[in-house]
Amino acid sequence: MQTLAMHISNGIIDGPVAAIFAALALAALTVCVLRGRRDLDDRLAPMAGLVAAFIFAVQMLNFPIFTAGVSGHLLGGALAAMLVGPWVGALCVAVVLVVQALIFGDGGVAMLGLNITNMALLGTAAAYALIALLLRVLPRTRAGLAVTAFVAAMLSVVVASQGFVLQYWLGGTTDLGGNLAGLAGTMAGVHLLIGIGEGLITATTVLTVAKVRPDLVYALRSLRAPAAPLVPVAGGVR
Amino acid sequence: MGAGHGHVLYRESDSPVHRLPPEVKIAAMVVFTIAVVATPREAFWAFGAYAVLVAAVAALARVGPRWLLSRALIELPFVLFAVALPFLGTGDRVEVLGLRLSEDGLHGAWNILAKGTLGVLASLLLAATTTTRDLIVGLDRLHCPQVLTQIATFMLRYLDVLVGEARRMRVARISRGDDPRFLWQLRGFAAGIGALFLRAFERGERVYLAMLSRGYTGRMPAVWQGEGAASAGQWLVAATVPVLAASIAATALVLS
Repeated sequence: MQTLAMHISNGIIDGPVAAIFAALALAALTVCVLRGRRDLDDRLAPMAGLVAAFIFAVQMLNFPIFTAGVSGHLLGGALAAMLVGPWVGALCVAVVLVVQALIFGDGGVAMLGLNITNMALLGTAAAYALIALLLRVLPRTRAGLAVTAFVAAMLSVVVASQGFVLQYWLGGTTDLGGNLAGLAGTMAGVHLLIGIGEGLITATTVLTVAKVRPDLVYALRSLRAPAAPLVPVAGGVR
Repeated sequence: MGAGHGHVLYRESDSPVHRLPPEVKIAAMVVFTIAVVATPREAFWAFGAYAVLVAAVAALARVGPRWLLSRALIELPFVLFAVALPFLGTGDRVEVLGLRLSEDGLHGAWNILAKGTLGVLASLLLAATTTTRDLIVGLDRLHCPQVLTQIATFMLRYLDVLVGEARRMRVARISRGDDPRFLWQLRGFAAGIGALFLRAFERGERVYLAMLSRGYTGRMPAVWQGEGAASAGQWLVAATVPVLAASIAATALVLS
């Protein structure tokens, strides 16, 4: 298996900025751990694991951005926020990033704070905010759910990519001068395209899960009247 | 299920590095990487010294240079970014081979190349000498919150479930007359991605229920925790690499 995904690697952003973002990420993850612990019941635990595995797999699809030499890939923050909620969702993405950094050398270990801030925190938070908003505004139909998943996924990817631009502006090791706006534009443009792909994958997955096992979709829990007793899953869809 | 065994990057061996407890290796690798990143980029000799350290550990772990270097290609996308920097950067320009390049950009490119490569090599060495099970036990012993180790355990466990289900669905498609070639395989795959997720979940849920019924409480068995935890001596042995790296970084900082 040749993995070509790549997050911010060592040396792209300078040490002090990386340290500040590491502290920020640590504080935010602590909150997520405290809140997520309450969410993580018998149904969510395997789901969180599978969401993390799924994100791990899709992050290996990588699209190079030739003009700037940066590459982009699917993030999965919206999928996580949709299926396991914002707290556990952010933790899932963070776990993926930690494991990738530790054993795949994907993204520098010293840059983990930056990567977690962009992809796990910014991406998931933006996605969940959009999901919460759109689910209230849009009609409660399959189409409404699909649009919610698609838009949340697409925009969260763009937001996460702008996190990198912000960090590069604060502590990039090379001064790009006026090219920073160019970097922002390239990142936003390419991640909009990636976001469309991510939106399609997220919408298809969420729709299928919502159709067969609506009880598994975290984002739909609050909107639902007390659910009917669970049907045992043994021998479900086989 | 391959959870207890190695992953694609694991190299089965019985070297001194393989025998070190995982928590020690993780800590050493993290400290080493931070030392590398903290080194000023003009201190070229320091990066040479780090490379010697990495080579020494690789030799101890019996990991061949060819394996390491071919796996290090993962950082290729960011090397491309480094190549672009001398052209995009601002500030003083220098003539190199008839091209007017930004000096700051050249330094930046070197910075990314050197630090990125050393970081990738360090994590490859960790991956080559540590199984996924050990990695999670190590994180647990380093007091990583249990929610995180739990998600990580399931993630690594379910990766195999996911790959297995994808393979089964592909066989099912082909045996029903689908004949995908090249990129068109993607169409069938994309159409089935929701079903794949659901199938993997229901399989994964059964795995989870089976674990619960065998006494799983959210933490890996207590036997794993106790057995082979690092002794003070092992911490000392493994500390040599990060301590050396930190002193190199400190020297470079003082000299610059």
